Parts: sequence; C-alpha cells; structure tokens
Amino acid sequence: MPDWTPPTQVNLVDLGFMDSRSKLIDLAAFLDRVQRAGQEGDFRVQALKNAIALLSQDKPQRAKDVLLSFSDPSVEPIAKATMQGAIGAFREASS
Amino acid sequence: MNYIEPHGHMVSRTTDDYERMAIAGCQAICEPAFWAGFDRASADGFYDYFRQITEYEPKRAAKFGIQHYCWLCINPKEAEDVKLAEDVIALIPQFIDKPGVLGIGEIGLNKNSRNELKIFEQHVQVAQDYDQLVLIHTPHLEDKLKGTRLIVDALKNFPKIKPERVIIDHVEEHTIDHVLDHGFWAGITLYPESKCTPNRAIDMLEHRRAERIWMNSACDWGISDPLAVPKTMQAMRQRGWSPEMIQRVAWDNPRAFMGQCEKFKL
Repeated sequence: MPDWTPPTQVNLVDLGFMDSRSKLIDLAAFLDRVQRAGQEGDFRVQALKNAIALLSQDKPQRAKDVLLSFSDPSVEPIAKATMQGAIGAFREASS
Repeated sequence: MNYIEPHGHMVSRTTDDYERMAIAGCQAICEPAFWAGFDRASADGFYDYFRQITEYEPKRAAKFGIQHYCWLCINPKEAEDVKLAEDVIALIPQFIDKPGVLGIGEIGLNKNSRNELKIFEQHVQVAQDYDQLVLIHTPHLEDKLKGTRLIVDALKNFPKIKPERVIIDHVEEHTIDHVLDHGFWAGITLYPESKCTPNRAIDMLEHRRAERIWMNSACDWGISDPLAVPKTMQAMRQRGWSPEMIQRVAWDNPRAFMGQCEKFKL
C-alpha cells in the first residue's frame, strides 16, 4: 500500500459553510421550539446545551469532546440490559 | 472507481440496491450476521439465517457481478437470552468452512451488560479455537465509549487473538484512537444520523492517515444508505484526495484486512 499522501489543499470553508450554517440554524430553531413547548427541561436538551458550550474551545477536537459529553462515563458492565436501543445522551440513574 | 462494501446487511435490502451498488462500482459485499429487528424465538431461526447468508445471498449478489462474503454470530442485542445465544454459538462450527465465511462477527456489546460481555467472550473463544478473523460491533451513541473500552480490555484476555486480525467497527472521534493505538483495525460507519457523515469520516481518515481503517455503509433495514461509500469517495475527491488515496481506503484497506482469510479472493 502507498504511504500517506495528504490531500491537495482546497477551500474547506467554501465546501462546508452553507451546510454548517444550515445545521446551526436548525439547532437554534430546535431549542426555540422545545422552549416554547415547555420541554427544555428534558435531559437531552440539557445535554445539547452542555455540548454547545464545548464549541467555543480553541483546540480542534470539538467533535470528540461533544461525543464525550454525551457518553456514559462509567466503566463497569451493567447487571442486565433492560432495553435494546440507545437514547443519544447519557442520563444519570438518579436523575 | 471500484470499491468494496465491507459491511452491508443485504438480506434487508432490495435487489434494486444490488443493482445500484454494482453500477456505482461495488465489487464485493461482506455481510456480518445481524439482529433481525426482533428477537428470534429459537436457534432454528439462526440456522435458516446462516443458510441464507452463506448459500442464498451469494447467488443474489452474483447476478450483479458482486462477490458476497459473510460473518457468523448472534448479535449482542440478543445476548441477554444466554441459552439462546449459546445454542446459536454452537451452530457456528458447522457453517464456518463454507466458502464465503470470513470469520466471527459482528460480535460485541450493545448496552454493555454482563451477559453481553459473557457472550462476546464466548464468540472470541470460537474465533481463537478456529483461527478466525473477528469483526466487532461497538455500541450505539452514549454507550459507545464505555463499550469500546470494555471490548478492548476483554480482548487482552485472549493472547492468541492478534489485533491485526480484529476490526472494531463503528468508531467515531472519541473511540478511534483507542482502537488504533491498541493495534486493531477500525471501521467507520456512514449513517445519515446516528453514526458518521462523510465529512466526519474523512476528517478521521486524515487525522489517522488512513491507517488500518475501512469505511462502510452498514446498510440494513433501518435508516441507512447502501451508496454511502461511493458518496463518501466523491466527497474525498472534492476535498482534494488523490485517486490513489481514495483507492487505499475504499479498496486496498478492506482487501488487506479480509485478505488475511484465504477465502477472500479479489
């Protein structure tokens, strides 16, 4: 297999700005919508707000840190699976 | 450009999908055993399913000039029924020598429970006993980080399982380094919502210089896109990737990993 050859430089802002802009406005509208509906106390909305705060950091590892913020931080297996799906954000058992 | 789809659940897809994938350049599809969307009632259902992916699905793919390979297991979603899982694991040896079987997979964890871990370890034991490649599913969303760590730790208890013969799939930005730094291969799954977009996948590929990584659509009965790999190849072109480097990810890498099984001929 060949050694790594980095891609030629392209304007990534040209490629991705409109898509990111659209997703950001969608996120803003979602937060407005759930607030108007009185549902902003949902733990998933709180998890989103916590994750949004991570976007202001300087290091280029925002995606990783957002994913970590949604993750179960525990290390031991649980006694038994009581559901098969996942929710998208970790909820403390006591909350 | 030709490509390999290293993870597709084609029993859930239409014949039209085979045609579209062939037109897009797909030369081979590898089908890990999977959850049917509901829990099967007995091991007999798995016997038929294993026949389907080892006997019938290769013929269906061949009509479009696509090679079809598969992996065998019971998915961790059904591991809480330990008796059922053990009955299914006992079926694997009678299928393991079939021409298209590449190894054991996709095994792993779902909710990170003790029974899931127990059944995962039993699968790994089969892989070790029969010297098979291993394809591992990591949990979804909030469970992925913990599950990936548990899986990597559990594999350390199997000294004959070589990391370079194991691929840990569905990595994301918070798990890819842990997998690759332990010597395993990593799979990136391209899903519209719950896993990776093309641009995030390309970011990770650039971050790790495409080492020991494949990308797949993991198309199944849920929201998924059987053309996710060629669409990501197009995004790579737009981001300045050379044809040689695109080929490395879409062809050379999966070929190198699965080529460790002598049955994989491409």
